[in-house]
Amino acid sequence: MDEEYDAIVLGTGLKECILSGMLSVSGKKVLHIDRNKYYGGESASITPLEDLLSKYNLNNEGDQYGRGRDWNVDLIPKFLMANGQLVKLLIHTGVTRYLEFKSVEGSYVYKGGRISKVPADEREALASDLMGLFEKRRFKNFLIFVQEYNLEDPKTWKDFDARTMTMAQLYEKFGLDENTRDFTGHALALQRDDDYVKAPAYSTMKRIKLYSESLARYGKSPYLYPMYGLGELPQGFARLSAIYGGTYMLDKPVDELVMEEGKVVGVKSGEEIAKCKQVYCDPSYVTDRVKKVGQVIRAICLLDHPIPNTKDALSTQIIIPQKQVGRKSDIYVSLVSYTHQVAAKGWFVAMVSTTVETNTPEDEIRPGLALLGNIRQKFVTVSDYYEPVEDGTSNQIFISSSYDATTHFETTCLDVLDIFKRGTGEDFDFSKVKHTLEEDM
Amino acid sequence: MANRQSGGSNTAGGGAQRPNGAPQNKICQFKLVLLGESAVGKSSLVLRFVKGQFHEYQESTIGAAFLTQTVMLDDTTVKFEIWDTAGQERYHSLAPMYYRGAQAAIVVYDITNQETFARAKTWVKELQRQASPNIVIALAGNKSDLSAKRMVDHDEAYAYADENGLLFMETSAKTAMNVTDIFLAIGMFL
Repeated sequence: MDEEYDAIVLGTGLKECILSGMLSVSGKKVLHIDRNKYYGGESASITPLEDLLSKYNLNNEGDQYGRGRDWNVDLIPKFLMANGQLVKLLIHTGVTRYLEFKSVEGSYVYKGGRISKVPADEREALASDLMGLFEKRRFKNFLIFVQEYNLEDPKTWKDFDARTMTMAQLYEKFGLDENTRDFTGHALALQRDDDYVKAPAYSTMKRIKLYSESLARYGKSPYLYPMYGLGELPQGFARLSAIYGGTYMLDKPVDELVMEEGKVVGVKSGEEIAKCKQVYCDPSYVTDRVKKVGQVIRAICLLDHPIPNTKDALSTQIIIPQKQVGRKSDIYVSLVSYTHQVAAKGWFVAMVSTTVETNTPEDEIRPGLALLGNIRQKFVTVSDYYEPVEDGTSNQIFISSSYDATTHFETTCLDVLDIFKRGTGEDFDFSKVKHTLEEDM
Repeated sequence: MANRQSGGSNTAGGGAQRPNGAPQNKICQFKLVLLGESAVGKSSLVLRFVKGQFHEYQESTIGAAFLTQTVMLDDTTVKFEIWDTAGQERYHSLAPMYYRGAQAAIVVYDITNQETFARAKTWVKELQRQASPNIVIALAGNKSDLSAKRMVDHDEAYAYADENGLLFMETSAKTAMNVTDIFLAIGMFL
């Protein structure tokens, strides 16, 4: 450990592992440390199930939940958008070679106490039970307009400048009613609250395009999920980093960051000091350099059946738009199952999560829990959401934000790419990855 | 995307197709992982195996996710997808993903170093705990060309392998002794 590194990365959560991989690939000498014995930090998948049960003083007596080691339970629920940033990173870095994905079967939206399939293209819109006949036509025209809209080509604008005009104005232009606006903004564009309505329309339009392009890739839903759980993702990027020379130390306590003239120069563990020019880490390693900006509540639920009214889908996502349940932020429900090697045969893992708005967060997720049917076991956590106080350019400590309540990895990747740019002064150059793409998608 | 579950009787296209309607070769693909203490010669074994005898089929080199090598066993083409530890074993930081879906493992020790044999036994236990129950494990006593400095008795290692149901050979990446043989033996076993 007593060596000099270009960068020391602390914590093996997904963000840190992607950064470690990108830094090693870029020729930096990287030391990557985790205080835990396992990879993944907050983004680990817990196995065996007994490890999760024991945290809540429960046990798996008589194998009531099947074989414990068949479980790999995510702590943070997310899916990959098939055409999103993380999939691009996985493909460009070749990390897809270590992983296997399944397409998520269903994507649903909650309206008036029941759930309906999210229509994402013109054909599905016409078949949807979310809208009346005339509304369907208007929605179809809206989708076609968004699909064809090209900032480079004003002919596609039809007098609508998406850089300055708002999403509210766009809804107005197509005469979409409140309900349609609700599922468009929240279930297609995946906006977490209603602030987007007053913002320029272009970013929401891009999100709708991402949704339908992702959907076009595999069909049933725009989402992918890795076999054996999300905890495989950080391990994959850690291996990438190791292949490019990164050194890995798990189960290594981190006592302090060594500073000199306002800049980080090393990391101390016991009597050892590893020297470095930069540190990249998650908030838990630098509690005095981050601020709490909110809370996220997540309930992990073990089920022995699929979610009712989803045509027995073995994996699914349900979005409960805030307005439907009188909230400011959406509630998300996700489901994966034994077919993803994350649960014992016949079992399902559902997650209900949202951004905390009140002093009784468990009450806030009730509408989500109510959709699940009988819940065999439930584990609820309320986690603080941290952001760095500084951007790292002056002290060379680059801190990631906690994982937010979004259902996919888009914000995760944006944070990673932004940190990489702040740390190295340049965008990540994918051409530095020397591998062939023969086996990729 | 990579299909790491594809072992067994996967008959992928693009393989050796015989003319005049004769039946197509059976192609099996297996994930094989290497384990063992640092500097026992894991990478050299693979390089000898992959580069030595079948040089023309070599598919990847340095900075690669894993190396692949194809061997013929009777009428079956066996494609090994060989994973090296990438140094992650050094501080006992191998990820569970490494063992995941592996159908075979070679646990390597250095015959001139008793310590590495003890570590090899720990790796075997780790595999029995973490890997799939049907995994084929081979024990390789490497650096057999240095028998003058031998510290690990051949018969002791053989007996240990026998007790634990492991394939066993002493190998030398340097002279190529038994290198291809151990991979072929695994291929036969699979």
